Amino acid sequence: MECQERTEIPKLMEISEVVYEGKGQKSFFFRHSLNCRPGQFVMVWLPDVDEKPMAVSYINKNEFAFTSQVVGKWTSALDKLKKHDKVWMRGPYGSSFSIKKNACVVGGGVGMASVSTLIDKLKDPTIINGARSKEHLIYLKRYKNKNLIAVTDDGSYGKKGFTTDSLKELLNDNNNKIKIVYTCGPEIMMKKVFDICNKYKVECEASLERMMKCGFGVCGVCMVNDQIVCMDGPVFNSKQLSKMSEFGSFARLKTGRKVTINEYHSIHA
Amino acid sequence: MLNVNLCGIKLRNPTILASGILGVTKDSIDRVGKNGAGAVTLKSLCHEERTGNKNPVMFGYDDVFFNAVGLPGQGIDNAVKDFKRLDNLSIPVIGSIYGYKIEQFGQVTKKMASLKPAIIEVDISCPHMDYGKPYDADPKLTAEVTQVVKKNAGKIPISIKLSPNVHDIKEIAHAAEKAGADAITAINTATGMMIDIDARKPVLANKIGGISGPALKPIAVRCVYEIYETVKIPIIGTGGVTYGKDAIEMMMAGAAAIGIGTGVFYRGNGVFKKVCNEMEAWMKKNKVKNLDEIKGCAHK
Repeated sequence: MECQERTEIPKLMEISEVVYEGKGQKSFFFRHSLNCRPGQFVMVWLPDVDEKPMAVSYINKNEFAFTSQVVGKWTSALDKLKKHDKVWMRGPYGSSFSIKKNACVVGGGVGMASVSTLIDKLKDPTIINGARSKEHLIYLKRYKNKNLIAVTDDGSYGKKGFTTDSLKELLNDNNNKIKIVYTCGPEIMMKKVFDICNKYKVECEASLERMMKCGFGVCGVCMVNDQIVCMDGPVFNSKQLSKMSEFGSFARLKTGRKVTINEYHSIHA
Repeated sequence: MLNVNLCGIKLRNPTILASGILGVTKDSIDRVGKNGAGAVTLKSLCHEERTGNKNPVMFGYDDVFFNAVGLPGQGIDNAVKDFKRLDNLSIPVIGSIYGYKIEQFGQVTKKMASLKPAIIEVDISCPHMDYGKPYDADPKLTAEVTQVVKKNAGKIPISIKLSPNVHDIKEIAHAAEKAGADAITAINTATGMMIDIDARKPVLANKIGGISGPALKPIAVRCVYEIYETVKIPIIGTGGVTYGKDAIEMMMAGAAAIGIGTGVFYRGNGVFKKVCNEMEAWMKKNKVKNLDEIKGCAHK
């Protein structure tokens, strides 16, 4: 194999702990040392239900986890699982975030899960964590000692508004030292983050989400322009994103049909 | 050195991306072209939009790769709008089509032909697709499909993709040739299953799937060898080709060109260039100047 060491067929894993993170949001822990970089994902199989990609959200010594939010049939089935229940996994797959100094991390909703292991590796990052309301904000305790800006759409916690407003404010401050912005969340938000970064001439890395079948760059369903999200991504840098005209605008359904990003999300959820 | 002529189409090298791997979008065709393939086969399209099977649909280990993707596709009507045309891309494109009923094969062919692909491939042999009739296993049905596709393809050459999961692949190939096929693509995947002993269930959501990867190669080589003895039309030898030596072996069995699909899993997007480089190195070492010298040589 001319690829990184990984599990190619679904492997049995027992849940060692389930942690409540927010409304409909839970982290599932496994006592297993996973050779994984920040931003990578695993394919998680629930027999008789489906298999889905999940970003790895905790990498501890001899332990890892992913964080899910209930949106459909698969996540509802996952939500019912408890300590000692079994799931099957293969991976990890995909590209990872670079680790650079003077970083800002912008997470929207459960998108925070994809940037959380990155935050653990960064030196003093500024974190903008946004969600619809307080009950949907994850990892507040986890990052209580970090430079955290919490934002909610309804103002029920932290600042009222959007993550992108806070990012603009931050970059507008002439004393800011931010050189790179890492982001994961709704694609419309990430596109705005990317545009803001371009305007302020700051590097950007975004973790994209698409329907996935194989997870290893073969089936061709997760393509954004000529980039294969599961293999070349999910993390893309400014240079790559600037060539991806479909980023923030179009996505493909499981059938391969190209639709607008809004239609994709309405069918997907 | 590696130039081949397939049904009058000049290919810069004999490697062709097999159907079902990538090949969903126009951008992916160009990408595979940049990676050195001689031609690209699209993922098969039929008369309707299909979601395919639930996951898991694909996984592999060692020399065995399983899939039961279930022929998802946007449908030929959406594809016509999406692709617009297929004759102005960086490399020749083979349009893969299928239907459930005989008439549908004809209708989809007509629409595919409007995109002007270099060749139209007819997928009658997906091992986990219920077509309604065994087009790949009954020579009469194979002939019927071939005639309908040929009639609707106009001047575009057609290739019938055959299944190894039959009693006698020779009689199927013969029926296709007699009915007007310009080429044979051999083979599709062999049926198989994997049960996870911890889950006590088949891993593929579809339970049964197709086996590809290096494990499929000896079956493919045997089929190509048998078909070469039976028909005069060219064969696109497909199944388990991963290295240059596999491609050479397939050509010695009688293949005019080589399909590579699962090789993308084993060796990445660069598999086409790698296989071509390995073929050239073997040819230089063995003083072979062009591929015609070795095509079918195992039969002599």
